[in-house]
Amino acid sequence: MEQPVVEMKGMVKRFGSLTAVDRVDFTLQKGTIHALLGENGAGKSTLMNLLAGLYQPDEGKIRINGEAAVIHSPRDAYDRKIGMVHQHFMLIPKLTVAENIILGLQTRSSPLLNIKDASGQIRELSQRFGIQADPDALVEELTSGEQQRVEILKMLYRNADILILDEPTAVLTPQEVSSLFQVLRKMAGQGFSIILITHKLEEVLSLCDTVDILRDGKKIDSRPASESDRNSLARMMVGREVLLEYDRLSGEQGETVLETKGISAKGSDGRDLLQDISLQVRAGEILGVAGVSGNGQSELAKTCAGLRRADSGSILCSGRDITGTSIAQRIRLGISYIPDDRHALGMFPGMGVADNLVVKQHDRPPFSRRGFRRESAIHSSADKLIDSYNIRTTSRDTSMRSLSGGNQQKAVLARELSVSPQVIIADQPTRGLDVGAIEYIHQLLLEHRRRNAAVLLISTELDEILNLSDRIIVMYAGRITYTCDTDSADIEQIGLAMAGELQ
Amino acid sequence: MTKQRQYIRTLQHHLLWSDFGRQVTTAVMAIAAALLLGALCIAAIGASPLKAYGAIISGAFGNTNAVAETAVKAAPLLLAGLGLSVAYRANMWNIGAEGQIFAGGMAAAVTALTLGTQLPAAVVIPLQFLAGLTAGALWAFIPAILKTKLGIDEIINTIMLNYIAVLAVGWLIQNPLRDPSAGFPRTSMIPEASQLPIILARTRLHVGVLIALVFVVIIHVVLWKSTLGFKIRTAGDNPGAARACGIRVNRVLIISMLISGGMAGLAGTIQVTGLHFRMIQDISGGIGFSAIAVTLLANNQPAALILSALFMAALDVGANTMQYQADVPVAVVNLIQGLVILFVVGREFLYRRITRRHQAFSEKQEKLSHAAEGAKEQ
Repeated sequence: MEQPVVEMKGMVKRFGSLTAVDRVDFTLQKGTIHALLGENGAGKSTLMNLLAGLYQPDEGKIRINGEAAVIHSPRDAYDRKIGMVHQHFMLIPKLTVAENIILGLQTRSSPLLNIKDASGQIRELSQRFGIQADPDALVEELTSGEQQRVEILKMLYRNADILILDEPTAVLTPQEVSSLFQVLRKMAGQGFSIILITHKLEEVLSLCDTVDILRDGKKIDSRPASESDRNSLARMMVGREVLLEYDRLSGEQGETVLETKGISAKGSDGRDLLQDISLQVRAGEILGVAGVSGNGQSELAKTCAGLRRADSGSILCSGRDITGTSIAQRIRLGISYIPDDRHALGMFPGMGVADNLVVKQHDRPPFSRRGFRRESAIHSSADKLIDSYNIRTTSRDTSMRSLSGGNQQKAVLARELSVSPQVIIADQPTRGLDVGAIEYIHQLLLEHRRRNAAVLLISTELDEILNLSDRIIVMYAGRITYTCDTDSADIEQIGLAMAGELQ
Repeated sequence: MTKQRQYIRTLQHHLLWSDFGRQVTTAVMAIAAALLLGALCIAAIGASPLKAYGAIISGAFGNTNAVAETAVKAAPLLLAGLGLSVAYRANMWNIGAEGQIFAGGMAAAVTALTLGTQLPAAVVIPLQFLAGLTAGALWAFIPAILKTKLGIDEIINTIMLNYIAVLAVGWLIQNPLRDPSAGFPRTSMIPEASQLPIILARTRLHVGVLIALVFVVIIHVVLWKSTLGFKIRTAGDNPGAARACGIRVNRVLIISMLISGGMAGLAGTIQVTGLHFRMIQDISGGIGFSAIAVTLLANNQPAALILSALFMAALDVGANTMQYQADVPVAVVNLIQGLVILFVVGREFLYRRITRRHQAFSEKQEKLSHAAEGAKEQ
């Protein structure tokens, strides 16, 4: 067998009493695409941060091309031709692509920047790998897909031949994903070695040569991707059987419950956020709103929930015009809102779980009487919800801050869904959660659909939309660019609509 | 041996991890650190720290009169601090208790001077409290409305309104309300019916101290047992989420400021009607600012305010005894008070340093997940 380019042996990384990476071995062969699969917190990113010099291992040895290596800093990693593209791009918006790429590098002779030279080299690189990028464009004007290409070029410009990509497809449209995969295949063909950190099974199967599965900081298995299938990978990742596709029993769909008629809204900078949005959600129906994040979906959700006002158009709930009503009135009408950003809009980090659960009903019986809280009712309801929504917390008074992200989200869902709402506006309800929690939340939404709630589901994960929705709309730049029934959905058309290529 | 260690572990856990334990631990640590540094300063000027601190304790608690003086000093701190704790729970940074004390005190003095000769004590004293409460609340209403309607920072406005209140009172007691018999600016003495009854003979311990204690209970109930207090706490913890949950956040913020100003107004009222019996320029002596320290030290907990107000008052009252018994200048007490504030403000930081090792992992995780969310937002 050929000498591996990267060999990590017995890697251990502890944070306090928690062992994030626990005696993990990792071997990367030259010219392959190697997946690190695992849930959030499984230790994939931590392991790769050890290789990229961001963390120092507590135990373990790293060999690069057979040579023992101690990597103290990202600079050491660059010197060993290791480059990492992080989930959060490290680019400066006000600079051009070329300026971003050469940032932090020393030129050989002159103390002055030589942008022209750099631009030429960048053009060469982008041609060689088929990565489209204009060196003179300002980064702030690029889409997130284009920014990601800049990050990859940055690593190539630094002569990296071991490339680590942390969840690279999270911000991409389906078309961008497939062009990224083409680029990665081409690079692997030219002898580059690529590590892909992911929790998406599809990516492992369609792109990668080898897959290592991590769970709770330990390596569960390492195997060729060609000998794997979705179910076995999911099982190893989560540690139990996972339902990957749901029975969307086509139940009875009732009357239209939530309706918007031509709503438009402008941002404070005068940009159009929503343009003439008309949609209907019927009882017992999930309407999926697909789109790349930032195309007006959140504004649509907020307008329906009453958190922002439309400049024109009207919103109806069961035929009643609610365009001008307050948030509190909409809550009383049975509209629940699960915000995309629970830290900003969903939870009270300094308050206890029980308090978080009761907020929306705190001044109604049985939770209050004559302006005073009734602790016994609050406590018994909280205990019930903590139990039935499986919220893992040491007690009902534990502050929300100390719960894990998944459990915080479960608490928000418990608050919003336990009131048996007529309308559920769910804005990216599974964002940033692990597979187990996602599955649970999907089941919840389907349960409420069966209960005849009207659900407006916003997600940037197309799979989620396709799995759960009865009908789908696609939003781009504040407009609806595509509408279809899920059964007759055309993924390619949806992708084009998400990219604004479809009028 | 192992049992002992286990016991220590449990204790450690309670002191460091439970919310209550954490508050108590950090407050005690802040005071201890301030006293320790103060002791070093005292030693540096050649005096005995033990003797000096002993003198403060005997000066503040050594006899009945000393205790009464400490309580009289603590009462307005307590009232103003109660108000501040409500505002701070709503995340409204009211730095204007001083001005609100002046507004309340002035209103109480005017009420006493105009009605005190005509009405019996049982009527005029409640009226004075009502006047003080209303004036303080109105003075706090101005920055509250500026904040909620126009988004103007309440910190700056409350500070500015302090100056306006102090100068306005100065003008009033120099001109229209000046005591004609006095050579310096002050109002006439308020009538006997207006004066708060003394509850301990041969001391200055007046009924305002009891009223302050009653308000500890009231504010505690408001904050922790009422739906209003719950709304205040949600609005302070996360106004965005509170709004999304149907709470009218602006209204709640205004109410919290009205309560805050009203309580400071009551502090001004008892200073005028229980202690000085007239409005004077030096009616507060910085109570409005000391109350901020008292509130921070008590971490906005009404019950804990009793202890922290007593602590600050005891330092003030004991300072003179320290000066003549231990030959340590009064300024050292100011130094200690300043250090307490410093350490209290830094106590979260202090606490984090101690527990950093334990938290490093969860913080890192949080950062990573934030980064992930940030990336997805783009």
